[in-house]
Amino acid sequence: MEKLLGEFSIGLFFWQTVLFLALLFLLRKYAWRPILNAVNEREEGIKNALDEAENARKEMQNLNADNERILKEARAQRDSLLKEAREMKESIIAEAKGEAQAQANKVVEQAQATIQAEKQAAIIDIKNQIAELSVGIAEKVVRDELSDKKKQVKLVEEMLKEVTIS
Amino acid sequence: MQRKNLVKTLTLFLLVITFSVNAQHESKVEAHGEKDLKSTIKEYIQHHLQDSYDFSLTSYTKENGEHVYIGAPLPVILWDNGLQVFSSSKFHHGETVAQVGENNYKVYHGKIYKTDAAGTINYDDHHHATNAKPLDFSITKNVVVIFLVGLLMFFLFRGLANSYAKNNGIATGAGRFFEPIILYIRDDIAIPNIGEKKYKKYMPYLLTVFFFIWIINMLGLTPIGVNVTNSISVTVALALITFLITNFTGTKDYWLHIFDPLGSSMPWIAKIPLYIILIPIEVLGIFIKPFSLLIRLYANIKAGHIVLMSLIGLMFIFKSWLGSPLSFGLAFAISLIELLVALLQAYIFTMLSALYFGFAAEEHEHHEEHAH
Repeated sequence: MEKLLGEFSIGLFFWQTVLFLALLFLLRKYAWRPILNAVNEREEGIKNALDEAENARKEMQNLNADNERILKEARAQRDSLLKEAREMKESIIAEAKGEAQAQANKVVEQAQATIQAEKQAAIIDIKNQIAELSVGIAEKVVRDELSDKKKQVKLVEEMLKEVTIS
Repeated sequence: MQRKNLVKTLTLFLLVITFSVNAQHESKVEAHGEKDLKSTIKEYIQHHLQDSYDFSLTSYTKENGEHVYIGAPLPVILWDNGLQVFSSSKFHHGETVAQVGENNYKVYHGKIYKTDAAGTINYDDHHHATNAKPLDFSITKNVVVIFLVGLLMFFLFRGLANSYAKNNGIATGAGRFFEPIILYIRDDIAIPNIGEKKYKKYMPYLLTVFFFIWIINMLGLTPIGVNVTNSISVTVALALITFLITNFTGTKDYWLHIFDPLGSSMPWIAKIPLYIILIPIEVLGIFIKPFSLLIRLYANIKAGHIVLMSLIGLMFIFKSWLGSPLSFGLAFAISLIELLVALLQAYIFTMLSALYFGFAAEEHEHHEEHAH
């Protein structure tokens, strides 16, 4: 310890401190700051560039995904359009068919009704004609019957008989 | 985890080597009392480990016994009833007394003492010099090296910063080498220890201290004989800055952890007897942490230098066909390890500083966690 203290030189200590501190401050200002800043900047630059590349890649991926999605959507839309059109076509056809059927039915019904009416009218006409004919025939028969007195009296007698019976 | 274990093993290995080789060396030198080759080597090592007042790269002795030094003298700055500034060439490498005005100074054991004109050094009973020591603010070799390393670092990293500005945030040239280290300190030292939120504040210090220690340690392994981080003054200064930063940026939680480590887990009456022991320990911890930093750096680098120079010295002692190559090989191996240690010590200093800053910057949401 004594030897150590004996070796200690205040002058050298003083100069070392002064020179070292001067060196420290000079280097800090003129060397270490610029060097560390440059290195930091460079590292940040590299990092940024990498980040940007990564971002670009992600964006690219997103774009691709978007494209895919749009394509898929378009496809789906086309499919749905086609489906809709098909459905519409079918429904139109079905509707038309139904309408036609109804129309046909209606026509048939009307025809039947008309036929029925005609038939009725014909029957009534026939009935009328039969009645007229029968009246004519009866007139002729009655005229023949009432041509002689005997026959008239007989008829009246017969009728009176009938009346008293009933 | 594996790496941590490796570091631990290596450090242990190194410490063992350091102590064993060092002890061996000491005993060998002690055995021979006379001033022979061994004690010359020992003196040389001691001299190398000391700071010096001139910047001499190497020296040799002419045939007529005259020492010739290659290098330059440095200014000596003393405060001795007024500022005294003179060139270290006046000392003639510690061989003569420097006369400045009315005062005489002499270098003795690496320190400047005030003496009479003849350069007499007076000793007390313990063989310590009793001469007056003026306050010494000299620009020594170490100060010059620290300054040069500072300059080098400033231009190096200023250039790096500029290259970022010029090339749109991409480093060029030497920056390619330094940028991973800076990023390592940020990502593996600062952020895990301090946390994402606050690490930025501490980054300049961590980076500066890491590169400063590393570069200076590496320079210490070059043959120009620089040895800065093995001066306790330097490591004290560094650890003191870590200490000050730690305590000045300490949050409420940090201080609470020191003065109320048990938190609300116990009634206050039960805490009193515990705290009589706990609080002094925690407070001592504040100082022990940076102290361990300064001793670790100092001791590792100093031990490394001693081992390396001792092994090189052994080559001259053995002077045999077996011993010298062997010690050369050993010195080479130790040099390689020292290269690693230079980096490792810088890493450990930075790592532990970051760890202490992390303690200081911590902010707990759950105070109950303090209990354990």
